[in-house]
Amino acid sequence: MQKQKLLGSRSLILVALLLAALALFPSMASRYYIYLVALMMVTGLLATSLNLVLGYGGMYQFNHAVFYGVGAYAAALLTVRGGVNPWWGYLLGPVVAAALSLLMGLICVRLSKLYFGMLQISLGSLVWAVVFRWYSFTGGDDGMHGVPVPRLIGSIDGAYYFVLIVTVVCLAVMYLIVNSPFGRVFQSIRDNPERAEAIGVNVRQHQLVGLVIAGFFGGVAGTLFVTVEGSVFPDMLFWTLSLEIIIMCLLGGWFTFLGPMLGGGMVVALRAVVGIYTDYWTMVLGIILMLLIFFLPEGVLGFFTARLGRGRAVREGD
Amino acid sequence: MLSVQHLRKSFGPFLAVSDANLIVEQGEIVAVIGPNGAGKTTLFKLVTGQLKPNRGQVVFKGQDIAGLSPHRVCRRGLSLSYQVVSVFPRMSVFENVRVAVLARRRQVLRLFTPAVRLAGEETWEILNNVGLADKAGLISGTLSHGDSKVLEMAIALGNRPELLIMDEPTAGMSPEETRAAMGLIQRLNGDMGITILFCEHDMELVFNLAQRIMVMRQGKTIAQGTCDEVRCDENVQQAYLGGHGDA
Ligand SMILES: Nc1ncnc2c1ncn2[C@@H]1O[C@H](COP(=O)(O)OP(=O)(O)OP(=O)(O)O)[C@@H](O)[C@H]1O
Ligand SMILES: [Mg+2]
Repeated sequence: MQKQKLLGSRSLILVALLLAALALFPSMASRYYIYLVALMMVTGLLATSLNLVLGYGGMYQFNHAVFYGVGAYAAALLTVRGGVNPWWGYLLGPVVAAALSLLMGLICVRLSKLYFGMLQISLGSLVWAVVFRWYSFTGGDDGMHGVPVPRLIGSIDGAYYFVLIVTVVCLAVMYLIVNSPFGRVFQSIRDNPERAEAIGVNVRQHQLVGLVIAGFFGGVAGTLFVTVEGSVFPDMLFWTLSLEIIIMCLLGGWFTFLGPMLGGGMVVALRAVVGIYTDYWTMVLGIILMLLIFFLPEGVLGFFTARLGRGRAVREGD
Repeated sequence: MLSVQHLRKSFGPFLAVSDANLIVEQGEIVAVIGPNGAGKTTLFKLVTGQLKPNRGQVVFKGQDIAGLSPHRVCRRGLSLSYQVVSVFPRMSVFENVRVAVLARRRQVLRLFTPAVRLAGEETWEILNNVGLADKAGLISGTLSHGDSKVLEMAIALGNRPELLIMDEPTAGMSPEETRAAMGLIQRLNGDMGITILFCEHDMELVFNLAQRIMVMRQGKTIAQGTCDEVRCDENVQQAYLGGHGDA
């Protein structure tokens, strides 16, 4: 009988090396690159949270940016308008995002795939419109700037380490979740919802729980954005960002756990580079999407794990 | 244990099942036979909740379960192995069965316990029992047709059903695979005490396995009884079995 473990020793070593590199990074890099890597982590976390429902649940969540934005706005508004301690803001932001996700989920989850996605887009746009228009409360299209950040993490190094720690903790928790019975069953729903229902799974309830979890971690990513930038913008909720997050998952590999992290990082890095030369970021994104569909349908990490996996399967066979 | 009375289901104007009647007693093996399109699959889906009947009763262990959603029906101890293979194609054979075991144990909403620590033994037991243990690690989408049909059964067994319904369990299998499946069905019934309801076009298999047979034609039950009764029934002779009756 084969022994089953949560994490192989080789992956553990890789993860440890990567973590060490990330921990040492601020001492070697300039301010701009520290900022950039922090943003890569935030965005990667955001993509990973979407992938919980997209890659593991097979749910086409087309409005994920909304939970990112709402998490961020909730934290910022609580701090600025509510006078709440920023730490509480960070804690409550994701909770608000999760609550919104529950509400939207209750409305959408009964619908089939395509209609589910379409209703999500419209509900998401509604939230965006409220944020965009409610000038006196949310700052409208200007967003909010100079959102207070606790002194401990007020410097760029502090923000970086805060992002690193929270991201690692969130990834660990999400890794646990996707490998829990909940996660396994979620995958079975992705593969064949009808059969999942037939073996005794309450599919709608399961999907709803998945949406709430994804919304929560999307909200965490949003609050991390506030610590890095000290500002929030309505663009954070806009559907184009939602689309970008989906592309990150596809790019990195939506059937792998760390693929979206990689995809998120890649998109942020690309935008930073491309932004120097051209304003047509959406066009670049479109080209990436096209290349992906043609050459890497399983994403970058999916492509490599498939290659490695073939070698490993042979070794485990004996 | 299961009693179906005057069940009816129409798809638009088309009456797929017009009047199905069926009795299955605890511990039996009962077969449903009938020509293509007789409504056997539709009947099974009505019983397991995949389809909602327009009329009629499905009484399981004394309670009417007609119209209940599939997951509720399943939790009462009734599971279906599909005619058309319907597994979880991206997951390994082992995980396919494990999720069924987890669902039965009502552990599906556990978020922080690694799944690898749960339901392993029971899953191995089922895989050994059906003879898929050596393929446990394979992605189920890559299995041969015969193995997929066995996995179908294994998933249904993961629910540890009291009544196992199998829709053409050996369709498309090679003669050896069919023999193995037959042995398995007998063991499930004899050793594990699972009541079995199945349908098949292979008459040899039907008469070998079943203690009682129900015959359907054009959505209607035209006979139900022991093998001999059914074999001698005039309606059946006429309608379906024809020359096969003496085979
Ligand atoms: N979803 C559906 N919509 C419309 N008609 C359907 C549907 N499902 C089944 N039918 C029709 O109902 C009739 C009974 O189908 P069913 O699959 O129950 O037959 P069956 O006895 O299982 O046949 P087979 O032996 O070929 O599996 C067929 O004529 C079929 O075309
Ligand atoms: Mg059929």
